[in-house]
Amino acid sequence: MSVFSLSIKRARLGVLLQITRPEINVFGNYEKQVTNIGTCRGRRNYIAGVTRTFSTKVYNSKVPEIPTWKPVPEDLLPPPSKVPVDLVDKLERLALVDFRTKQGLECLEKAIRFADQLHVVDTTGVEPMDSVLEDRALYLREDAVTDGDCAEELLMLSKNTVEEYFVAPPGNVPLPKREERTAMLKHSEF
Amino acid sequence: MLRLTIRELARALREGKISPTELCRRCLNRIKKTKHLNAYITVTEELALKQAQEAETRLLQGKPKGPLDGVPFAVKDNFCTENIRTTCASRMLKDYTPPYNATVVQKLFDQGAVLMGKANMDEFAMGAGSTDGAFGPVRNPWSYAAPYREQTGVAADSDWVITGGSSGGSAAAVASLTSYLALGSDTGGSTRNPGALCGVVALKPTYGLLSRHGLIPLVNSMDVPGIMTRSVSDAATVLGILQGLDIRDSTTGPAPSLLTELPEDFDVRNICVGIPKEYHAPGLSEETLAQWSRVADMFERAGARVEQVSLPHTQHSIVCYHVLCHAEVASNMARFDGLEYGHRSAVDSSTEALYASTRHEGFNDVVRGRILSGNYFLLKQNYQHYFVKAQKVRRLIANDFKRMFASGVDILLTPTTLTDAARHSDFMQEDNRTRSAQEDVFTQPVNMAGLPAVSVPTALSRRGLPIGLQLISPALQEKKLLSVAQWIEQRVGFPSISDYVDTKGVTKREQTSAG
Repeated sequence: MSVFSLSIKRARLGVLLQITRPEINVFGNYEKQVTNIGTCRGRRNYIAGVTRTFSTKVYNSKVPEIPTWKPVPEDLLPPPSKVPVDLVDKLERLALVDFRTKQGLECLEKAIRFADQLHVVDTTGVEPMDSVLEDRALYLREDAVTDGDCAEELLMLSKNTVEEYFVAPPGNVPLPKREERTAMLKHSEF
Repeated sequence: MLRLTIRELARALREGKISPTELCRRCLNRIKKTKHLNAYITVTEELALKQAQEAETRLLQGKPKGPLDGVPFAVKDNFCTENIRTTCASRMLKDYTPPYNATVVQKLFDQGAVLMGKANMDEFAMGAGSTDGAFGPVRNPWSYAAPYREQTGVAADSDWVITGGSSGGSAAAVASLTSYLALGSDTGGSTRNPGALCGVVALKPTYGLLSRHGLIPLVNSMDVPGIMTRSVSDAATVLGILQGLDIRDSTTGPAPSLLTELPEDFDVRNICVGIPKEYHAPGLSEETLAQWSRVADMFERAGARVEQVSLPHTQHSIVCYHVLCHAEVASNMARFDGLEYGHRSAVDSSTEALYASTRHEGFNDVVRGRILSGNYFLLKQNYQHYFVKAQKVRRLIANDFKRMFASGVDILLTPTTLTDAARHSDFMQEDNRTRSAQEDVFTQPVNMAGLPAVSVPTALSRRGLPIGLQLISPALQEKKLLSVAQWIEQRVGFPSISDYVDTKGVTKREQTSAG
């Protein structure tokens, strides 16, 4: 339903794992449930060799037995953002796509809620990172034309051209208001 | 013939034991017989037969172009291919035929490799299931193999599992034995995730090692072409061919001298394997955990140093990825306006109206949703709060890895996915964003840091489905990464799907199990 419910569900899962899988149980389960078809090839071996038990060493001590973190609890997050109607309109104009339905708007609110988890991380004094190549010298080529001369090939990809021009309908006409937009866009219910 | 690795196949081709045209026909037949998998959007039958004929001529003259001459391959449908339609699994590009080849595709052609077709995917590579494309979902080949069919009493048509994504068609092509290698793309795990769920080797190289020229961009600062093969050594061969500086992609650099041959008997006693504890995330399946533990044991018994380590910001990586991905998507998708190429709406009252209706008609809900939230994160009033904040968290994640590798850890061992492949009907219960957040949890941190990683299949689960583990190394250390991956591959004994399906396309035990 929302990011909120996802967090709850995940938190519940975390708790559940801890209740049902105390250390001793983990070992017990492990012996019964490890599936290893290891060296088996072919179907007969597959059936014969599905289960393998580790009688001496049950668990690699370096691999954590239970999840080491839990989803960010809801009470650490800022209050959920609402997207007001005028912002919906602004986003549709900027993005040149429409929300289509009420679910489209809910989807945005969920995406924002999910992103809000960023704010539990302390980034004081951290520089933003644009690219992983920031400390490498990138190749620069001479500023000379090495490519191109393929205007015709490119124009052929367009649905509407005149001579060597792409054709667009009249410009400088603002997008119609929301209600008219909905009528213009087929299958848009919002 | 169809189950061979590239290395085995190349030898047989050179020795004349297999003819490229015969091989090509067998692959095309198998594509027809596995059509239900929906692995290919376009099958390039005519071109494949022509290329195979040319390869045959060269091989008969004893002058092959290299180890890939005559080898059938598949390409994810977001790499441009000259005169072959390239759709990104979107209505927007349904009829788009690029006038040029992506650099990585061209390099494979230059080696004489034979293109079988363009592989299915999530629309514009946005997804983790290969369920959200305009050409329908991809089915995991293991859904039709005996180990899975024996667990389920239901007919194959109503109970099948997803391939993972977004490069699900590429993974299915390699796993179903219709191609010996496939190109995928990897922005947050799109190559490794389906690789793990379909039981193939899936390599995400260092950012900048392979050219992105001709790969239709999703997130420019993270995208890399990915390599899927049936063996680690094959992945190394293909990497050796594809890597290196491309003047058409300014983010590429000169490749370190590599590779081609990995050591057959790599000595793990000199390496330190890190187990990042944060990779035991909520929702990790017991069986995947058991495989992780099993391989950690193998390293320990063989004398490697195995240490539990910490990458403290792992949990926040998926949130950070979510913001950066949507922001770059918003910017990248602006190019699709209906004027120069791709779908064009019939609405022509104004330019703006044309743009809006073209994009309304051309994009699916997932793509539209990401464009809208990306625009939201980039609004003037939100830019610092979300976008710049995410870029700061990105540095923390990259620094976690940097610190780790500086402390003497050579390689990290983690799960690739939380669980084995989900049933399609179960997977579709959640929305795309929630699913991606769950599925990419272990894979996207390396994209944030630009590091190489490889997923290696290690076992079948109780459900009879592949489980994969991931190895991560410092940037440009693919040789060590793949050497360690091969060491694992040699010891886990992952079965070939050809043990369970006959290559004529019928499941061996279908009569008794499919019911």
